[in-house]
Amino acid sequence: MLPAVIALAATFGYPLIEVARFSFYAGSIQQPVYIGTGNYLELWHDPVFIHSVLNNLKLLTAVPIMTVLAIGIALAINAGYRRMKVYQAIVFLPYVLPATAIGLTFSYLLSQSGIVNTVLHDWHLGGLAHDWLGSAHWAIPTIGAVIIWQQLGFGVVVLTAALLSVPQELVEAARIDGASGWRIQWYILIPHIRRIIWLFVMIEAITMLSAVFTYVFVLTQAGPAYSSSVMEYYIYQNGFQEGAVGLASAAAVVLLGVASVFIVVYLRLRSRSEQAAG
Amino acid sequence: MKPILARTSSHLLLILLSIVSLYPLWFVVQTALKTNSAFTLNPTGLPSAPTLSNLSLLMAQMPFVRWTVNSTLVTFIAVGAATILSVFAAYAVVFGKFFGRRAFFSMNIGLMAIPPVALVVPLFTVMVQLRLINTLPSVMLIYTGLLIPFSVFFLGNFFRQLPRELIEAATVDGASHGRILMRIVMPLPLPTVFTLVIVNAIWVWNELLYALVFLQNNSARTLMAGLALSQGRFATNEPLIMTGVLLSILPMVVLYLASQRFFIRGMTAGIGK
Repeated sequence: MLPAVIALAATFGYPLIEVARFSFYAGSIQQPVYIGTGNYLELWHDPVFIHSVLNNLKLLTAVPIMTVLAIGIALAINAGYRRMKVYQAIVFLPYVLPATAIGLTFSYLLSQSGIVNTVLHDWHLGGLAHDWLGSAHWAIPTIGAVIIWQQLGFGVVVLTAALLSVPQELVEAARIDGASGWRIQWYILIPHIRRIIWLFVMIEAITMLSAVFTYVFVLTQAGPAYSSSVMEYYIYQNGFQEGAVGLASAAAVVLLGVASVFIVVYLRLRSRSEQAAG
Repeated sequence: MKPILARTSSHLLLILLSIVSLYPLWFVVQTALKTNSAFTLNPTGLPSAPTLSNLSLLMAQMPFVRWTVNSTLVTFIAVGAATILSVFAAYAVVFGKFFGRRAFFSMNIGLMAIPPVALVVPLFTVMVQLRLINTLPSVMLIYTGLLIPFSVFFLGNFFRQLPRELIEAATVDGASHGRILMRIVMPLPLPTVFTLVIVNAIWVWNELLYALVFLQNNSARTLMAGLALSQGRFATNEPLIMTGVLLSILPMVVLYLASQRFFIRGMTAGIGK
């Protein structure tokens, strides 16, 4: 076990301490200058950082959309039963694929003269065409949609598995009592998988806050003019393009702070469901 | 009447969903089979004269083979190292008797949720000091570390289901922990180890941020970093990029089709038990 502990200390422990320390310094790594909370003040006054945080929060709104879709699809698969496996396999496939490759593909599908807009014009729906990735207004919602496209399958598979574990007698009893299909789904199936739904919501919320760098990098490069930047991109940009290591570290600390709220909720949900499982 | 209606509509929904899920992949395939001029004339339709010419163009224009070799090496080494370290750690957590093993296990669950981007700046300075920037060992080491929390969690949960009596009986018979691990524990969970290896391999193969930051020479890059940075240079040649994308996802798709069960079980493990 010792080697694993050493590896964890080197990969997580030491960097977490260092990132907190760097966040109080300016200048280069070789010649750091202590500036107290200067970096945090700079973040607060940097419109790009504020905008990046807001974009992460906007991406959070994709979570309820994805959750509702995943519940609906899981219920449909659950009702269909026979071909269930096929649909599950298809919808899960995107989740397996590299976000880089997905992003490159969608950057062509969604560009100004891309496939989506071409098809919209062909169908005389040109009014619906937008510069999906190139406009400050549409870039973040479009990134959110691509993330939903890729990660929806994860939710569907998890929730379908949870639905399978609902005791069949419960459903039968309700049916004998005369409950209709919709009522069974609403009052029996969904409450029964509530805990798994919440775990899914938390995992996706953590993702939206702290694991969307690849999508942003490949789809928009945070453009136009940083309008689609997120916290991760801000850290990358300042740490490795601008050489503002202290500022990047302070942003990383803020990111950890925001994410940890969700991480703590996630951990509590986990330990509770473990206790329930015995 | 009503159930039939519900059944049909949910079926239609699922078919629509399948089309939405698969169309972008179909777009990749059909675009990779077109020349650039054919694509410009007809971006949405089927290729009228399918061609493999993009393949040689890709090899000529980018160090594509080198990137693939790099990605493969990094994936094998990081996943191998992380799996071995985690097997020992998970065994110790579940069957060992020492103070703090529960805390160690819980810590791994917490670390699973730490965003890797928060660690990238300090790890970069470490790698600068070790003079490993632009070399594959830099990312191999970091990926190994980043994979451990999930691996310990996954294997620990599995080991917990093994009958304790088996292990205790062996201990009474005087077998050492090393022997028990090799003879009794290890042979059992091969499908489990396979599942873990697949999930970890996908993660490493797909990782972008660390690959971009630590491997800055064009020939030192991994496939994902190389492709992501080619986007700008070859922006006007979509079939070329789509060919690169197709080749980069092909191993995943083939593996997925062959062993879907393992993928699904592994990739949803974080949420279940």
